[in-house]
Amino acid sequence: MKKRVLGLLLSMTMVAGMLTACGGNANSAASTGASADGNAADATAAAAPAGDEGKVLNIYCWNEEFKSRVADHYPGYTETDATSGKIGDVTVKWNITPNENNAYQNNLDEALLKQADAAADDKIDIFLVEADYALKYVDADVTKPVADLGITDADIANQYKYTQDVMTDSNGKLKGLSWQGCPGVLIYNRAAAKDVLGSDEPAEVQKAVADWDTFLKTAEQMKAKGYSMTSTTNDAYRVFSNNVSGKWVQDGKVKVDANIMKWVEMTKKMVDAKEVGSTSDLWSDDWKKGFFPDGKVFCYFGPAWMINFSMSADEQGSIAYDGGWGATEGPQGFFWGGTWICAAEGTDNATLVADIMKQLTTNKDIMLDIVSKDSDFVNNKPAMEEAATKDEYAFKPLGGQNPLAMFCNGAEKCDLSNQCEYDQGCNEEFQKAMKNYFDGNATLDQALEMFNSAIVEKYPELKTE
Amino acid sequence: MKKKSKVVSYNKWGYIFLIPFVVIYLVFQMIPLFSTIYNSFFENYRSGLKQIGPNFVGLQNFITIITNGDLPTYLKNTLIMWILGFVPQILLSLLLGAWFTDPSLRLKAQGFFKTVIYLPNLIMASAFAMLFFTLFSNSGPINSIMLQFGLIQEPYQFMSHIWSVRGLVAFMNCLMWFGNTTILLMAGMMGIDPSLFEAAQVDGATATQIFYKVTLPLLKPILIYVMITSLIGGLQMFDVPQILTNGTGDPMRSSMTLIMYLNKHLFSKNYGLGGALSVFMFIITGILSLIVFKFTTGEDKD
Repeated sequence: MKKRVLGLLLSMTMVAGMLTACGGNANSAASTGASADGNAADATAAAAPAGDEGKVLNIYCWNEEFKSRVADHYPGYTETDATSGKIGDVTVKWNITPNENNAYQNNLDEALLKQADAAADDKIDIFLVEADYALKYVDADVTKPVADLGITDADIANQYKYTQDVMTDSNGKLKGLSWQGCPGVLIYNRAAAKDVLGSDEPAEVQKAVADWDTFLKTAEQMKAKGYSMTSTTNDAYRVFSNNVSGKWVQDGKVKVDANIMKWVEMTKKMVDAKEVGSTSDLWSDDWKKGFFPDGKVFCYFGPAWMINFSMSADEQGSIAYDGGWGATEGPQGFFWGGTWICAAEGTDNATLVADIMKQLTTNKDIMLDIVSKDSDFVNNKPAMEEAATKDEYAFKPLGGQNPLAMFCNGAEKCDLSNQCEYDQGCNEEFQKAMKNYFDGNATLDQALEMFNSAIVEKYPELKTE
Repeated sequence: MKKKSKVVSYNKWGYIFLIPFVVIYLVFQMIPLFSTIYNSFFENYRSGLKQIGPNFVGLQNFITIITNGDLPTYLKNTLIMWILGFVPQILLSLLLGAWFTDPSLRLKAQGFFKTVIYLPNLIMASAFAMLFFTLFSNSGPINSIMLQFGLIQEPYQFMSHIWSVRGLVAFMNCLMWFGNTTILLMAGMMGIDPSLFEAAQVDGATATQIFYKVTLPLLKPILIYVMITSLIGGLQMFDVPQILTNGTGDPMRSSMTLIMYLNKHLFSKNYGLGGALSVFMFIITGILSLIVFKFTTGEDKD
């Protein structure tokens, strides 16, 4: 009997112990692992920061894109190792956390809330935000107004208006700047276009994807020849979700827009007809297989950054490497992403931050350099309109096509007024929930219900319909 | 008189040696346990940069969890995947254990095999899940092989079918833990007095009879231990399905486990609901362990 009681006690202890073990929250800020060597001899900086400023510049971002822009285009930046670099005698520390499932936001929030108490060298100086959650930081006082950094309206007069509108808070203060514009286009596989449509000229292809009805008809033709129209079900999502009539969240209630339901309807049709490669997530291996000829995918929807940054352009054998893509407007205009540089309130490197912003988002030479080297579409209207007519700015992954005119057009129409701070969570969870419907594992109502419960888990303060 | 005090002074070493355990237990287990229970009575979460709460809400969190009906679903998923993995695992382990400990088989290179069966456990569960995710993706090697041999006409979407996902999770858990279980059972089997086997053999028992009538009954304490630890481990199933389904528990959350659900609440730092859920899990695990314990020790009243 005694033994049994003892055994029981021990096993209870074990249960208790094992259960509590998972209560811990391992969301500590990732250490950047950079070693600040005190060797400050090489002063090659273009903009020498004021003497009383900090010696460490902390940058929070979610991928390598901004880092490579700074490394390649900011004068005086030298790379020390993968997570750090130097500008003059200031050490630049990169803190990179992937975007997915709000990991970046959560990590950043954690650090921003500790900003006031952090040591000067640990304070965040720059953080980047994306369109999906920019608003969250625009109206919060963790972000320093751009005007406070000494950047004037005249400095940024050439930028696209929409890139500033979205970053302007309710008091009319601009809180962040972007070097890029993100109007999206339809990027198509030239070989597939020739094979199925008989021509790979953008104007001809555009006729086959001019609106969603013809898009669907083309999908049938593609299917007949063994091509998938899009790589995954989520490819066309942004095109619909950017053309909505209202925000995701209105008065604390999540609302699925009618246009997003149109995406569901169309995609379900395409999945049932097997015209879509797979129902996998964006960025998954199945999504990426269309970057290579064997993937047999006709088109992707994406902005300029995707062509260069995401489509395996530097990998031998990929379509992009061989210049096998073409770009055309597609059925509807849309935008995707866009990265804004924000200065964190409390930064101890204000001069340097201001200079990085100025150089990357207003310096015409640097921006044109970004276009020609990285095939990005930059946030400088006159420069872009000028470059659109020049062959030297043609995109290599697009086989020498110059899509800048198309992007210029799209940038004029970009409208981010239906963005809200919950967008990333809503978009991700909606795509995840609908996957079940597309796969035939749930009815539409069940899938919508699952979306609702996932949203309430993510954002407990929201109500669903 | 002098002698007696000496005995007492030896005894104190027992307590001194216990201190590390007690301190660690208090700091890392007892205090978190009670703070979890305490937290479960508050509304306390983070929305973006805004902190909401902590506001005392009494039993509201518990009511929310009971009424939204998620708890039974995820408990069911967890148990299904655990049983799917545990049954083959225990059978396999019993078989291997019996073979390894049977002196009449004279197995060669035992050390090698014991190491090999334990190896899957050394791989991090998340790495293992990533590996399987890649292997079984639509354009992954498993599909390519099956296509090439003409077994299927088009790629089978493993991640889009309820039972293939659950099956994969169970298979991975089985693969990861059968080595561990085998070694535990072997220890139990080797602890059995060999004269009992000899006696049984002399009495003319067959190998099967010896296994069922001698080995199994005497293995019971170890079996109970294995059952309970595996059950607790099973209820805490998290990393494998989390990574395999990218945290969604798809299709239709049919492979979402209780801890994955708990993790969803920690996303918004929802300590209140998370705490309430943990308290429920504590109770469920306690009850299930008691049942297993009672069930397996109930009959030895002779």
